[in-house]
Amino acid sequence: MNHVADRFEKHSPVPEGSSANVPTTDELRITTPPKVCGMGHRMKRKEDPRFIRGRGNYVDDVKLPGMLHMDIVRSPYAHAKILKIDASEALKIPGVLAVITGEDLKKAGNLHWMPTLMSDTQMVLPIDKVVYQAQEVCAIIATDRYIAADAIEKVVVDYEPLPVVVDPFEALKDNVIVRDDKELKTNHIWHWEAGDKEATDQVFKDAATVIEEKMHIPRIHVSSIETCGMVANYDTAMQHMQIYMTSQAPHAHRTVFALVSGLPEHKIQIISPDIGGGFGGKVPVYPGYVICAVASLVTGKPVKWVEDRSENLQADSFARDYHITCRLAADKDGKITGMQVKTLADHGAADAAANPSKFPAGLFSIATGSYDMKAAHIEVDAAYTNKPPGGVAYRCSFRVTEAVHMIERMTDVLAHQLGEDPAAFRMKNFIKPEQFPYKSPTGWDYDSGNYHAALQKAMDVIGYHDLRKEQAEKRARGELMGIGISSFTEVVGAGPSRDYDILGIKMFDSAEIRIHPTGKAIARFGTKSQGQGHETTYAQILAEELGLPAQDIQVEEGDTDTAPYGLGTYASRSTPTAGAAAAMAARKIRAKAKKIAAYLLEVNEDDLEWKVDRFEVKGAPDQHKTIQDIAFAAYTNHPPGMEAGLEATDYYDPPNLTFPFGSYICVVDIDKGTGEVKVRRFVAVDDCGNIINPMVVEGQIHGGLTMGLAPALFEEIVYDENGQNLSGTFSDYLLPTAMETPKWETDRTITPSPHHPIGAKGVGESPTVGAPPAIANAVVDALWHLGVRHIDIPITPQKVWKLLRAKGVND
Amino acid sequence: MSTHKISVDVNGTPQSGEVDSRMLLVHFLREELRMTGTHIGCDTTSCGACTVILNGRAVKSCTVFAVQADGAKVETVEGLEQGGTLHPLQEGFWEKHGLQCGYCTPGMLMCAKYLLSKNPDPSEAEIRAGISGNLCRCTGYNNIVEAIRYAAEKMATPQEVAR
Repeated sequence: MNHVADRFEKHSPVPEGSSANVPTTDELRITTPPKVCGMGHRMKRKEDPRFIRGRGNYVDDVKLPGMLHMDIVRSPYAHAKILKIDASEALKIPGVLAVITGEDLKKAGNLHWMPTLMSDTQMVLPIDKVVYQAQEVCAIIATDRYIAADAIEKVVVDYEPLPVVVDPFEALKDNVIVRDDKELKTNHIWHWEAGDKEATDQVFKDAATVIEEKMHIPRIHVSSIETCGMVANYDTAMQHMQIYMTSQAPHAHRTVFALVSGLPEHKIQIISPDIGGGFGGKVPVYPGYVICAVASLVTGKPVKWVEDRSENLQADSFARDYHITCRLAADKDGKITGMQVKTLADHGAADAAANPSKFPAGLFSIATGSYDMKAAHIEVDAAYTNKPPGGVAYRCSFRVTEAVHMIERMTDVLAHQLGEDPAAFRMKNFIKPEQFPYKSPTGWDYDSGNYHAALQKAMDVIGYHDLRKEQAEKRARGELMGIGISSFTEVVGAGPSRDYDILGIKMFDSAEIRIHPTGKAIARFGTKSQGQGHETTYAQILAEELGLPAQDIQVEEGDTDTAPYGLGTYASRSTPTAGAAAAMAARKIRAKAKKIAAYLLEVNEDDLEWKVDRFEVKGAPDQHKTIQDIAFAAYTNHPPGMEAGLEATDYYDPPNLTFPFGSYICVVDIDKGTGEVKVRRFVAVDDCGNIINPMVVEGQIHGGLTMGLAPALFEEIVYDENGQNLSGTFSDYLLPTAMETPKWETDRTITPSPHHPIGAKGVGESPTVGAPPAIANAVVDALWHLGVRHIDIPITPQKVWKLLRAKGVND
Repeated sequence: MSTHKISVDVNGTPQSGEVDSRMLLVHFLREELRMTGTHIGCDTTSCGACTVILNGRAVKSCTVFAVQADGAKVETVEGLEQGGTLHPLQEGFWEKHGLQCGYCTPGMLMCAKYLLSKNPDPSEAEIRAGISGNLCRCTGYNNIVEAIRYAAEKMATPQEVAR
């Protein structure tokens, strides 16, 4: 236990009503006309006009007068002492201005170390030793990016290689200590538990059936198409630091920069401009950012640093890397009764995850999923190894993907072992709608759910029973076809301040709305879109609440000087937190608007009712004031004694998390000759509560499913025994192209969140979480009769080919 | 390191510059001409974010030297809109939600333009093959395929002037 004292997960009680039995529908709720374009409309995105013209503004597009360029010398060794850094030849190159080493950062105020978001520490630049391959060793500042790249080749670093530990089980033996800077000379970082051990042991004693599987959820990388980068611009006259940064959480990053650097926070402006995909990879503060900011401070000039793809794949935070042993217990009727989990988490050289402070293993304890069981006990131990620090999410809410993969795989194994149909087995074991309000064995209060409806719909859409018949016929002919189901429960929208913070900052989020005299508006948020379409969807929430056309509302995020403070966009938290703040701020505005309307119409407030975009006198709809009338009056003819203007701010602290869910069914055909898995069909039924923009929701689901397909079949960051990354380019780390990606089929059920002001739950990550086990289950389903129980993802052709040969199957 | 004077027709406008022999075409466009619509995603010809059309062929401009474009015609995303009218592909990507973060979009648009120039009526499979050199991490490709079909159909209707 190095730095997590509270090792038992505890959940504070949730307010009454934030878990409830909520009716499910299929129909979108639309209450505004197309002109207003509130919730439920398929509004074309407001941000697209600049992107389709190539006029987005990303960090690498920023070019400031006199701007310098930074490049980084990286370690070829995974573990080595640094004996000497000689940059003299590099400094002779015309245009090379400076080299920055760990010693320089130390002199600048101990900036050679920085805190991670998990209260661990991480080197910015090393002085004594490096602890992973591709670690930053020193940086070169030059007038041109080509010159900087030349110069890093001329830096001579003398290393003394040290023994390397790559395997986390080996690391726990403490033969090689990764972090000898720590007081405790051990690679064990922390131990964490959730659930009730005694109750779970009893359930397993009483069980009729117990199954056990070991699985590895391998290390993967988000690989947003835009890599990470920064332009730091320190104004020596005004002592002001302006930073353009690929940041999913600009406000939190500003606070971290202020705390680490000692610069006053009001003198730091972080601008997160257009972001070319985030997926969790742009939540951490990487060493490159800190060095770049220091370089600008030292030179007094703007400095740009943009990673290349290999640096991005080799050094930035990874995701997953959980080694799991899971046991599931069932009674004689095939009802799941309990779950036992032991997991070893490989964090690399630092615990640089981005979880809420109290949750070192994230929200992994959601692992009982959509199933009602008596007891569960889950343990995770974390270890240091000589690999880059992590682990962040990969388009998922804090370790939920690992949890869902485990329970959905185990459920399928159990169903198969008991000889039951995996769909019927799930139906039998689901939490029933009438069991809400529902508290899970690990302490989660699910907000709402209807798992039977989602699975039934997916089965109807794909024609489940016909597929089973086809499968039986094909199997009789020796063909390999599989059908896989995943009925996942997500947990997103962190989170309530009583339990959720990052570095002590509570995980609320914010909205600030200003309505102008002519009835147009600007709204600013503490979140930051990286493609999710906030400029459109937040405007639609406000249109729904205020009746202002969404077209008339300008949405801004990402500039810490202008936007209200918020924790940013990740873990599907934008709609549950900032989206809720939008509705709540709009309702404050509507309350004031009502007073103004009453004054203008010379009636009592109680005589007014709200209709889409206006207050009408009850029973006399001719007498009304539109929101535009009211906005004008707020500045030109406001009631005596009332403040002028029509503005509101809301910092929303959610009462509970939200629990989106869904059922996915995947059909695969396996080529016996090559081992290739071909996804023939994939039906995704998602329930994310009320829908703001169905077009955007479908787009999020398509993308999320593709980022679920990727780790299921293709992606893995692989290391050799020396800690060398063998997947450091897109030739080795395989992102799915349009060729491998199937045509996704989406559908929905709608079970609103009972506690969210607009009943929404968040959707961006559900498909990434739900898809991998559907695919893995389909592959195992195709091979179960051959004696295959489990295959670790990614399920590559090599793995399948070898398995088939081992089972005696040839072409 | 030698420098070379080059002249390139970029979207119908003659451009010239004195470039290092090793300067990449994508840097010439982005840094020298300040046309930042063309993006860099991998530096290794894998992702296609930097796709432009060079003398009628789609190329990844991160692996073409600027000097190789001397005397050539280069088309970039900035040249798609003509006289204030969006290209049918731009329209299609907007209508069909064919983009999210927008980073791969310029490369996708140029790749799709090349595809339609060779095959004005591509099937879904042909579109998927045609854009398989361009990676998108956000959309899952469904709506990109739809967007390109939209453009193909629009460009095939007689009222529309093909560009």
